[in-house]
Amino acid sequence: MPRTILEPRSHVEYLSILDSDGNLDAALEPRLSPAELKSLYRAMLLGRRFDERMVRLQRQGRIGTFAPIKGQEASQLGSVFTLRATDWMVPSFRETAAMIWRGWPLEKILLFFAGYVEGGQPAPDQHDLPITIPVGTQLPHAVGLAYAAQYKGDDAVVMVYFGDGATSEGDFHEALNFAGVWHVPVVFVCQNNQWAISVPLKKQTHSKTIAQKALAYGLPGIQVDGNDVLAVYAAAREAVERARAGEGPTLIESVTYRLGVHTTADDPTKYRTQEEVTAWEQKDPLTRFRAYLEKKDLLEDGLERRVDDEIAEAVRRFEATAPPDPLTVFDHVYAEMPPHLRAQRDELARWLREGGAPAPEPPAAPLGATPMRGQRLTRR
Amino acid sequence: MSVTKLNMVKALNLALLQEMERDPAVLILGEDVGVDGGVFRVTDDLQRKFGSQRVIDSPLAEAAIIGTAVGMALYGLKPVCEIQFSGFAFQCFHQIENHAARYRLRSQGRFHCQMVIRMPYGGGVRALEHHTESEEQFYAHVPGLKMVIPSGPRTARALLTSAIRDPDPVVFFESKALYHAAKEEVPADPEALPIGRAQVVREGRDLTLIAYGAMLRVAREAADVLQAEDRVETEVVDLLTIAPLDRETIVTSVAKTGRAVVVHEAPRSFGPGAEVAASIMEGAFLHLEAPVRRVTANDVSFVGFAREKAHVPDVARVAAAARETLAF
Ligand SMILES: Cc1ncc(C[n+]2csc(CCOP(=O)(O)OP(=O)(O)O)c2C)c(N)n1
Ligand SMILES: [Mg+2]
Repeated sequence: MPRTILEPRSHVEYLSILDSDGNLDAALEPRLSPAELKSLYRAMLLGRRFDERMVRLQRQGRIGTFAPIKGQEASQLGSVFTLRATDWMVPSFRETAAMIWRGWPLEKILLFFAGYVEGGQPAPDQHDLPITIPVGTQLPHAVGLAYAAQYKGDDAVVMVYFGDGATSEGDFHEALNFAGVWHVPVVFVCQNNQWAISVPLKKQTHSKTIAQKALAYGLPGIQVDGNDVLAVYAAAREAVERARAGEGPTLIESVTYRLGVHTTADDPTKYRTQEEVTAWEQKDPLTRFRAYLEKKDLLEDGLERRVDDEIAEAVRRFEATAPPDPLTVFDHVYAEMPPHLRAQRDELARWLREGGAPAPEPPAAPLGATPMRGQRLTRR
Repeated sequence: MSVTKLNMVKALNLALLQEMERDPAVLILGEDVGVDGGVFRVTDDLQRKFGSQRVIDSPLAEAAIIGTAVGMALYGLKPVCEIQFSGFAFQCFHQIENHAARYRLRSQGRFHCQMVIRMPYGGGVRALEHHTESEEQFYAHVPGLKMVIPSGPRTARALLTSAIRDPDPVVFFESKALYHAAKEEVPADPEALPIGRAQVVREGRDLTLIAYGAMLRVAREAADVLQAEDRVETEVVDLLTIAPLDRETIVTSVAKTGRAVVVHEAPRSFGPGAEVAASIMEGAFLHLEAPVRRVTANDVSFVGFAREKAHVPDVARVAAAARETLAF
């Protein structure tokens, strides 16, 4: 019996619309209005400038460790742009630009990275989950959200972000499998930025693409030029429309590059060359999109200054935020504070009030305490 | 014997280097441990020395790091795994509890897992969620596992050496706050300390402070304060191994002093302090002058570093607890 080829045959598309030399495939060019194009560019620029500002704030010790997004603006905005406010956005830890688009105030993001959990609280009407740090663990949540949306008859779509490294975690595979089996409205956006800290993609997976991993789970996978905001937008819109129409999940591999450090605690010179970084700087998503808008005469004068002013205002508001009361950390552990936690809270409150004051009065022996049995060997 | 002054990162690196030179079955496996030398540089330069077959930059999957290490150990290798932060070890907890800790028992001695699982734990680095916690209690609770936490460069080096040579799986916690905190004299020749033994690091007759890891320094400084301000002679016990716990050293000390305060960074409830207190009740009850006290983190997960200081035990809080115990 001859071996036969089974359906479906491996089939993964690559999509690029506006390449790094500025060549445009007009047939594929998405129909975005001038206002939409302008707001996309503004959001990318804000993402870039805010990120640069955050690096400086971290260096000055005004915020803690964070993961910069420089280079990944198109990857984030092209995709998140396709969501409605009622759709869900599930981030990892490197989606600052997408989070801003979803309405997270800049000062709240700063508060979060300054170590205050208040910064992670989504607004009551916001359909966004907070930042997730354990790599890949948010993917099953997205599938669960999508299941619930479908169960309740809502037409919401869920978009979940993660990196190339995350595709090695079991949670990635389990989530794609569940999404395929349940046929739920979720869009998996893998920001393949080539590196997982010091580990390059070729040591992360032996697959030629990340997109092809979708095929094993029975869902479509597409690879896009992640520095081409038009291509990311086109692929994401298609995936979101399919999901909303009940046609199931999609995996989008957005091929991009982390131009900066992994986090502000990282030293990339240990593991990658400056030539590699320089080569990717030539493919900068902002430069490319700016040139495209320039041709259309859609670049706004003074935009950079306005964006910088907005950032400066937010930094001022952030710095004016009074440091929240340490006792608030007890507030959201449970719906109702159990007695042992209340006791710990009271103990800390007393301690803070007394500022490490001298020892309190020794507690009196409890009335009617049972005498200890046996022969006490103590000095009492 | 010649000695060098090393910080804890360098001391751990020395132990790895020497054990790898000594035994070709020892290899290193983890995320970013090779080219990068680990995010804290504990495995720095080892891949250059021993090659990428022996110092393996794994894909990003804790379950597979520990799972494959179990397989390697069953075959006779001695993997030393690095989990990048203890907050990400839940992804491999099933491999640790279901398998690494049980193969000896399950196969009735035919197989065992000689492996070390290193991970940084604890606060002090102004980092994001899951980079600050102390989860030793999870491992200490698993039969078949050993749980070791050194308190400085010298104990780190000597205990890691023992952990690598130990025939049972050892979970080895390294305090991030201690990595660069201080240098100590470390002998150039390999040195090992027995696992399962605590050390009395300061003698005293009025009170016993029991601590480990980064909290040892806090306990020692509290003992200095109590000496200077209260003329109290404090004995300080460094546990070094959380499981199996050295009950004998604890009980002997408390039988002498009659008072004990346990200090840890892990949340209070069901933490190591509870086991230490129970051991004291079982072994030194009739010597007790006061209830055993615990100074610990609260039963709250750390989701932001900004308030860490208000929650982690410090010298003042330990000293205050000691005074309450003395005044009981
Ligand atoms: C489960 C888990 N393991 C390890 C880490 C430490 N860590 C943080 S980011 C990272 C690399 C992630 O790479 P990738 O998924 O490609 O995302 P990127 O950082 O490139 O955006 C690692 C290993 C973590 N946060 N979670
Ligand atoms: Mg990556």
